[in-house]
Amino acid sequence: MSKLYKLSAKEVNTGIRSGEFTAEEYIIQILERIDKVNPKVNAVICIDRNGALEKARLVDRKIREDEKIGPLAGIAIGIKDNICTSGLKTTCASKMLEEYVPPYDATVVRRLKDDDAIIIGKLNLDEFAMGSSTEFSSFGPTSNPWNTDYVAGGSSGGSAASVAASECSVSLGSDTGGSIRCPASFCSVVGLKPTYGLVSRFGLIPYANSLEQIGPIGKTVSDVVMIMKTIAGADDNDQTVQVTYRTPDYTFSSNEKMRIGLVRELTEGAEPEISKRIYSAMDLFTNLDCKCEEISMNYVDYALASYYTIAMAEASSNLSRYDNIRYGFNFTPDGYEWNAYFAKVRSNFGDEVKRRIIVGTYVLSSAYYGKYYLKAQKIRTMLKQELRSLFKKYDILIAPTMPILPFKFGEKIDDPIKMFMIDIDTVIANLAGVPAITVPAGFSNDLPIGLQIMASEFQEQKLFNAALLFESNTNINRSPEL
Amino acid sequence: MVLMKQGDNEYPGIKIGLEIHCQLTGLQSKLFCSCFCNYHGLEPNGNICPICCGLPGTLPLLNKTAVESACMVSLALDCKIPDNITFYRKNYFYPDLPKNFQLTQYNAYGITSIGVGGSLKYGEKTSRIRRIQLEEDPGRLVYESGGIDFSSSYTLIDYNRAGISLVEIVTEPDFTDPKDVRVFLNKITSIIEHLGVCNTKRQGSVRCDANISIQGGKRVEIKNVGSFKEVEKALNYEIARQKTMSMHDIKVLAETRDWDDARKVTKQSRAKEEEQDYRYFPEPDIPTILLGEEYVSSIRKKMPELPYERKNRFIAYYELSDHISQVLIDNKELADFFESAVKIYSSPKEIANWIVTELLRYTDDDITEAKIDSSSIPNQSSSLFAGLKIDPNQIAELAILIDRNTINRNTAKIILTQIIKTGEMPSQVLARTDVLKIEDKIIISEAVESVFKAEKSAIRDAKNNPNVANFLLGKVMKLTKGRADPKITLNLIKTKLDGLD
Repeated sequence: MSKLYKLSAKEVNTGIRSGEFTAEEYIIQILERIDKVNPKVNAVICIDRNGALEKARLVDRKIREDEKIGPLAGIAIGIKDNICTSGLKTTCASKMLEEYVPPYDATVVRRLKDDDAIIIGKLNLDEFAMGSSTEFSSFGPTSNPWNTDYVAGGSSGGSAASVAASECSVSLGSDTGGSIRCPASFCSVVGLKPTYGLVSRFGLIPYANSLEQIGPIGKTVSDVVMIMKTIAGADDNDQTVQVTYRTPDYTFSSNEKMRIGLVRELTEGAEPEISKRIYSAMDLFTNLDCKCEEISMNYVDYALASYYTIAMAEASSNLSRYDNIRYGFNFTPDGYEWNAYFAKVRSNFGDEVKRRIIVGTYVLSSAYYGKYYLKAQKIRTMLKQELRSLFKKYDILIAPTMPILPFKFGEKIDDPIKMFMIDIDTVIANLAGVPAITVPAGFSNDLPIGLQIMASEFQEQKLFNAALLFESNTNINRSPEL
Repeated sequence: MVLMKQGDNEYPGIKIGLEIHCQLTGLQSKLFCSCFCNYHGLEPNGNICPICCGLPGTLPLLNKTAVESACMVSLALDCKIPDNITFYRKNYFYPDLPKNFQLTQYNAYGITSIGVGGSLKYGEKTSRIRRIQLEEDPGRLVYESGGIDFSSSYTLIDYNRAGISLVEIVTEPDFTDPKDVRVFLNKITSIIEHLGVCNTKRQGSVRCDANISIQGGKRVEIKNVGSFKEVEKALNYEIARQKTMSMHDIKVLAETRDWDDARKVTKQSRAKEEEQDYRYFPEPDIPTILLGEEYVSSIRKKMPELPYERKNRFIAYYELSDHISQVLIDNKELADFFESAVKIYSSPKEIANWIVTELLRYTDDDITEAKIDSSSIPNQSSSLFAGLKIDPNQIAELAILIDRNTINRNTAKIILTQIIKTGEMPSQVLARTDVLKIEDKIIISEAVESVFKAEKSAIRDAKNNPNVANFLLGKVMKLTKGRADPKITLNLIKTKLDGLD
C-alpha cells in the first residue's frame, strides 16, 4: 500500500469516502509512522491508539452501511496538549497537571469528533504555551523535522512538527503571540491564527485570554480551511465568540485584484535571507495582478512590550488556580497548613512559567498597574486603530512570520529577552485581534521560511484567497525526509 | 454582652459605613454556570460543575437575569446605572476560591459596577450608597470541629456555594448611630424582599460587614457578623471599645476585627494585617455588557412594587394611617399577610389593626434575622411568624366576627391567643367554648327572670333609684359569664321593670 500517512487531509478524506482505502488502514499507517519518527521529533506526547482505531472502524462502518458521515471523516488530527480532551490526559506539558484528565471536551474537540475526525493524540508544547521553541516542556523539547538539531518553534511545536513529520494530517494549536505561526513557519507548514472571537476557547487552558485563539495547522491552505469550517463559529460555552459568525462558509475566489501592503519595519528587521523572500513574495503577487505597496507601521516598536505585559498579567492570574486542591498531581496535603501547601505544590511550575507569573504579578500590583498594564493596553488600542486604518487601504498585509531562521537547541534558552524578541512579527495580530496565516515561502540553508499574511477582523476569506494564490504559484516542500 | 445606656453613642465624630452582601436567591442558576442557585439541603459538592469549580479551560457564562436583579436593586436604591459594565478579577489565594480569584466589579479605573451614587432615606435621615456591585460567592470551608477552629487537623471544602450571585451594597460612612444602622438594614431587607431578588430569610443569604471610626481614630472593620441585628450590637461594642481606648490615650489602629457572636465582643482578626494587593484587572472572558437607557427603562417596567410605593398605596387605597402602613411595609411578610387577609374579607382597617397591634406582639423579632451560623440546619427559612400557627384566613374571619358583632374585641383577643397556638379558625374556637355572645332573647329572658327572683329588694327600690337597672344588668352578665348581649339585656330589664307598675 502507498504511503497514506503522507497524504493531505483532503486527500485522506476523498480516499476514504471513495473506498480507495479504509480509515483503519490509514490510521494503522499513521500509528506506525508515529512509532517510527516520534522518537526523533518528540511531537506527540500522548497517543490514543485505541480511541483512534475505534473511531476509524466506526467511520469505516458508517461508510459501509451508507450512513451519514461528517466532512472530516477519517482524518487523523493531533491536539495541542493545552486543549481539553475528555478522558484523555491534558497536561499543558507541565508537572503541575501531569495527572490531569479533563471531564469534558473542548468545544473544538467536540466539533471535530462530531464531524468524524479521528483524534490520534496530544501534542507537545512549551509549558502552558509559554515559549517560542517548545524547549520548556516537561516532556522534553520537540525537534524540527527538517533538522533535528534545531527547534521546531513554539509554543505549538508539537502541532507543527507532527504535521510536517506526517504523524497526523492536521493538528490544532493555540496562538497567544505567535504560537501557531512560529512553529508552522519553522516547520514549513501552513498555520492560521483566526480572528479573536471566531473560534471558541472553551476547553483551551488559558495562558492569556484576551490574546489567544485556537487554530489549525496543515500541510496545505485547503486543509487549514477544512478544519476551520468545523471549529469556527458561535458557541454557547464562550461568550467572547461573535454570534454573527455561526457558520463560516469559505469559498475560493482568487480572481479579485488584491491590494497588498508589505510591512516595511517587520520585513527589514528580519534576517537578510528572510526579508529577501518576503520581497520576492511581493513581486510574485505583483506579477499576479495584485496592487502591492510598502507601508510603514508606527507602533511596531512598542508591540512586543505591550504584548508581554498583557500576556504575563493575565497569565499570573490564570495560573493561580493551580493549587493542587481539586486536580493536578499526586501530593498529599497531610501535615501542611494551606499556605505552605500552596507554596510547596506551586514550586512544580517550570522556570519560564514562574518567570511570567512573577512579572505578571508585578505589573498588576496596584503601585505599577498604571505604569505598565494600563500603558500596555493603551498601546494595544493605538495599534488596533493603526491596523484598522491600514485595512481601509489594503486587503491584506504581508510580512515575515519569523524574523529569524529556526535555531539550535539551547541557543536562546538562557536569554529570555532574546527569546521574546523573535515574537516581534507575530504579536501584532494577537494584540489587534486580527487573523494571520503563515504559508511556506522557501528555505535558507535547508531551514524553512514562512510568509505571514494578515487581514482585517473576520476577513479570513481574504487571507485564504491570498494564501492559496501564493501557494498555488509556488512549489515549496512540506514533507522532510525522516 | 455590653450594655449601653441611652446616649452612650453620642460621641463626637462617629462614622459608620456598611458593606452588605445579598445572595440573589431569586435566580434559577449561579452567576456564571447553570448549577442551582439554591444549594441548601444538597449533598456537599453536589451542586458543582467544571465552571464553578474553576477547572482549566472553562469560561464564565454570565447569567443575564443576575444583571437584571442587580440592576433592580441599584434602581431601588436610587443609583445611576452606567451605560456599560464589566467584571474584574480580584486575585487572592484562599482554599474556598476555586480559581484563586473572585469575579467582581471594581471602580478604581472608571465606573464598571452596576450601580453608583445612590441613596436611601430611612425616617428623617438619608444614607448615601457609594456603589452596588455584582460578584460571585466563594465556596465554604467546613472545619473538623464544626466551627472556625484553626487547630483542626483537616478542613473540608464544599463548593456548592461557589459562584452564587451576590449583590454587594457599599454605603458611604454616613451613619453616626448603630440604631440607625439597624433601621437602615431593615429598610434594605424590605426592599430586596419586595423586589423578590433575595429571600433574606434563607440562611446565609444576607451578611453585613461594617467599618467604624471615632474622632481621632483609624477605621476599624468588623467582619463575621452573623445577622443584621448583631451588627448593631457589634457597633455598640466597638464604639465603647474605641472610646475607652481614646480616653486612655491609646491610639485606635486600622485593623480588621471579627465579631464573636457567643461572647458578644469584637476581637482582632487572624487575617494578615498588611494591606492586601488584589491586583484587580478586567476579566477578558466576559465581554463588556452594554446596558444603556433603553435597558434601564425596560428593567424599571419590570420592577415589582417597592416598599414606599406600597405604603402610598396602603394609605390611598386602604385608607390606613401612615404609621400602620409603615409598620406593614417594613416587613414584606407582614404586608403580604395583610393583603392576603384583605382579599378574603375586605375590612382593611380592622385587619391592619389586628395585625399591627395584636399579632405582632406574638412574633419573635430575632427570628426575622437571617443567620449565617453554619452549624444550624440548612434550608430552614425563618419566617416572621415562625412558631405561630397563623394565616390570613384566621385574621380575616376574626374581622368578620367582630364586624358582625358576633364577638367583641376582648373576646377576639382571647380567641387570637388560642388560634395562634392551635391553628384553628376563630369560629371553631367559638363553637367549642363558651365565648359566644348570647343574643337569643328567650335565653336572656330566662336569665333576667332568675335575677328578678333573686333580687327582690333591689326591684322594690327600682322606682326611686335609676341605677337599679344597671345593677341588674351586672347580675345578668355575671350569671351568663358576660356572654349576654348587654343591649338586649338592658332592654329586657327595662321593659320588665316598667311592666311591674
